[in-house]
Amino acid sequence: MIVVENLCKQFGKLQVLDHVNLTCSKGECIALIGPNACGKTTLIKSILGMVIPDSGSIRFNGEFINRQYLYRNSIGYMPQIGRYPDNMSIGQIMEMIREIRNYQSNTDEELLEAFKLKDLFQKRMRTLSGGTTQKVSATLAFLFHPQVLILDEPTAGLDPLASEILKEKIVKEKKNGRLILITSHLLSELDDLVTQIVFMQEGRVHFHKTVEALKLDTGEEKLSKAISSILKQSQHE
Amino acid sequence: MNRIIKFVILDILKNKVVVVYTFILAALSWSVFALEDNSTKGLLTLLNVVLLIVPLVSVIFSTIYLYNSSEFIELLLSQPVKRSKIWFSLFIGLSLSLLFAFFVGAGIPILIYAPPDVSLMMLVMGIIISTVFVSIAFLGSVFTRDKAKGIGIAILLWLFFALLFDGLLLFLLFQFSDYPIEKVVVFISACNPIDLARIMILLHLDVSAMMGYTGAVFKDYFGSRSGSVVVLLILTVWVFLPYAISLSKFKKKDL
Amino acid sequence: MIRIFYIFLLFFSAFLSQANNVHVGKSQVFSTIKEAIAKSNAGDTIWVHEGIYREGNLVVDKRLILIGKNYPILDGNKKHEVLSVKADFTCVKGFKIQHSGYASLDDPCGIKVYESRGVEITDNILDDNFFGIYIQYGKQCVVKNNRIRAYGVEEQQIGNGIHCWKSDSLLIIGNRIEGHRDGIYFEFVTNSVIWRNRSFNNIRYGLHFMFSNNDAYITNYFKHNGAGVAVMFTKNVKMFNNSFEENWGDAAYGLMLKEISDSYITGNHFLKNTTGIYMEGTNRILAEHNTFQANGWGMKIQASCMDNEIRSNNFIGNTFDVSTNGSTVLNTFNGNYWDKYNGYDLDRNKTGDVPYHPLSVFSVIVEQTPPAMLLFRSFMVDLLDKSEKIAPSLTPDHFVDNQPLLHSLPL
Repeated sequence: MIVVENLCKQFGKLQVLDHVNLTCSKGECIALIGPNACGKTTLIKSILGMVIPDSGSIRFNGEFINRQYLYRNSIGYMPQIGRYPDNMSIGQIMEMIREIRNYQSNTDEELLEAFKLKDLFQKRMRTLSGGTTQKVSATLAFLFHPQVLILDEPTAGLDPLASEILKEKIVKEKKNGRLILITSHLLSELDDLVTQIVFMQEGRVHFHKTVEALKLDTGEEKLSKAISSILKQSQHE
Repeated sequence: MNRIIKFVILDILKNKVVVVYTFILAALSWSVFALEDNSTKGLLTLLNVVLLIVPLVSVIFSTIYLYNSSEFIELLLSQPVKRSKIWFSLFIGLSLSLLFAFFVGAGIPILIYAPPDVSLMMLVMGIIISTVFVSIAFLGSVFTRDKAKGIGIAILLWLFFALLFDGLLLFLLFQFSDYPIEKVVVFISACNPIDLARIMILLHLDVSAMMGYTGAVFKDYFGSRSGSVVVLLILTVWVFLPYAISLSKFKKKDL
Repeated sequence: MIRIFYIFLLFFSAFLSQANNVHVGKSQVFSTIKEAIAKSNAGDTIWVHEGIYREGNLVVDKRLILIGKNYPILDGNKKHEVLSVKADFTCVKGFKIQHSGYASLDDPCGIKVYESRGVEITDNILDDNFFGIYIQYGKQCVVKNNRIRAYGVEEQQIGNGIHCWKSDSLLIIGNRIEGHRDGIYFEFVTNSVIWRNRSFNNIRYGLHFMFSNNDAYITNYFKHNGAGVAVMFTKNVKMFNNSFEENWGDAAYGLMLKEISDSYITGNHFLKNTTGIYMEGTNRILAEHNTFQANGWGMKIQASCMDNEIRSNNFIGNTFDVSTNGSTVLNTFNGNYWDKYNGYDLDRNKTGDVPYHPLSVFSVIVEQTPPAMLLFRSFMVDLLDKSEKIAPSLTPDHFVDNQPLLHSLPL
């Protein structure tokens, strides 16, 4: 569904993405992990068209995405830190995006209900706490039944309860055959969610494996342990 | 109408700066015309409004607004919206709000009090100058992510066009007063939208003087029908060129 | 007693001269004017009836009264001087005179008066002549209520509307002149009055005045002439209540004064001229109660002028009120109204307590560097003017009106 080939991006002298190749298909739930500043967010933003890569290509459903925009109709994006116009209320923002997307059919309001956001509809964005803002971001990502969900650190800033709600939602959507891309630092959270792991380091894809393969290779039961054992290995080498 | 433009305009109206700007313009214009017994003096005050305050407010307000709407831009970018459409909507939204403010604040008293040809020219120039400086604000703010720096650039650009440019021109005139530099001067001044607007208004405001010896030369260049067309063309370029450059930059910008 | 004597004398003289009425026209005694003039005696009245008369040059060599009925047309076929008056006390009235010869050395005219006195030219229409009415060596002649029109394009291709040369005691009244080189031209004409004429759209000057002392022109209207009005090399001219409007251009002035002395300018209106009054080599002139409105320059006083007094005038809405090319000031300004004056009047005597400096620094700059006009009313220039007002450096100190009025004079 999403094919990334030889993607390169430099910010100044820093090579943020260095010939990244990645293939994601329907029904997968891919965790994008790696240390800070390894290029996860840049990769995601490249897929969204917010960062323009220096070279390489990204195809979405077989179509190259450079300078295209309609493909984003099938993407729901939850940013790491959601930033919204201060003066608008939650309701207005949702309404605006619905209008911009020209979305006529029923929206997916499960999260809206679960997070009890309806009560806050009139609140201006600037009055909201970080957690509530994240809830808005999550709701927006799922609102239009997208085929692809891109979640950048989805659980950061959410309380355990909300975190659990979101995870349930992710699992549900996975079952619905959506492609889900998640970045996260908290490996423990990903355990029961993801089917594949993409590990990035210094702008390169270090490995791309299914969770089963990973666990098999390392002999660990927990995902977090498996990863750390791989890291140790790579340090020894 | 484009939905994003609607949101931009609503947002700007909520912002209240534009409303205050409208009120200030209105208070100023009505009072100068009401206080002065001949409308010429009022017109001169309004000339300064058109040439100084309008560009200043336009460029600074637009710059600040652009920086403040970075969230909005980011939000929209993750949605199925063309980048050019976002940028264009911001441009149109800002221009329309500022034009509206200028027209309601200053335009109506000008139309009521000033002689028709002067008032029309002043109105047209005020509208063009507003748009030109919105466009310049777009260009300035696309170059740096730092808001403080961006506002600094905006103020510098305004200072340059409103004051420094003329200072340099005057210096040039003194230095080369022994040479026939009229054409050069005309050419150089055509590079500054504020100067162009000023001369166009002057041709109607100070008809008698501009008909004088060198005035006649300028009248030949700017006042003739073809001259006016050329001036309008140049001003149109001033509206679209900075915007076009900023657009191509924005299309490549990483957010 | 004396009156009775006069009446008697009048009857007697009429009886003696036996003045006759002679008629010219299609069904009249004479069919040509030439024949009528030849057959009539001095003092006769020739009535010319409606029609077109193409008789080349008509010469009036005896004292006749020529009266046109319903504007008979005298046509010069673009070859001839139409009417030449060479006798004293001739009257020409009610003709339409057209198509004189043109652009030749002998200055062909519609009507030309040669060395005569007491000639009256009234109520004629002159159309498309090289010169309109030309008076040379005339005395006590009257040119009144004529409508003179030409269609000149270039200065060299057309003569003047009313051209007077080496004459004395003329009255030029109520004429309307347009499209000639100069509307009214005076050279070596003395003791004459120009009154209630309208002169407009002429190629050069509305009124051109040279070496003509002791004349007055009053309540005339000069509009949109190529170079306005020029009064040169003359003493004792009185200029009252005239209007000078819309004289625009390069070297166009509402009123140009060159080498003029001891003259009086009052009650005139200068409206929308590039320059209201331009003065050069002008001495001992009093200008008062004039209005200068919406001109580019109200007055330009060159450094060669001295002892002129400019008082009690209104300066309203001019781009520049006054400018000069020198640094010495030998003229005085007093009690004028300047609409740019921002002073106050604490003692309530209707004159401002702070002197007014009518010379703006920018007008000095423009005088030296004309293209600087392009920067007029820019922020830069405003700052310059403001700073000059606070600390004068470029403008002469003495250029000052010590008693500026707070309110305009009712003129």
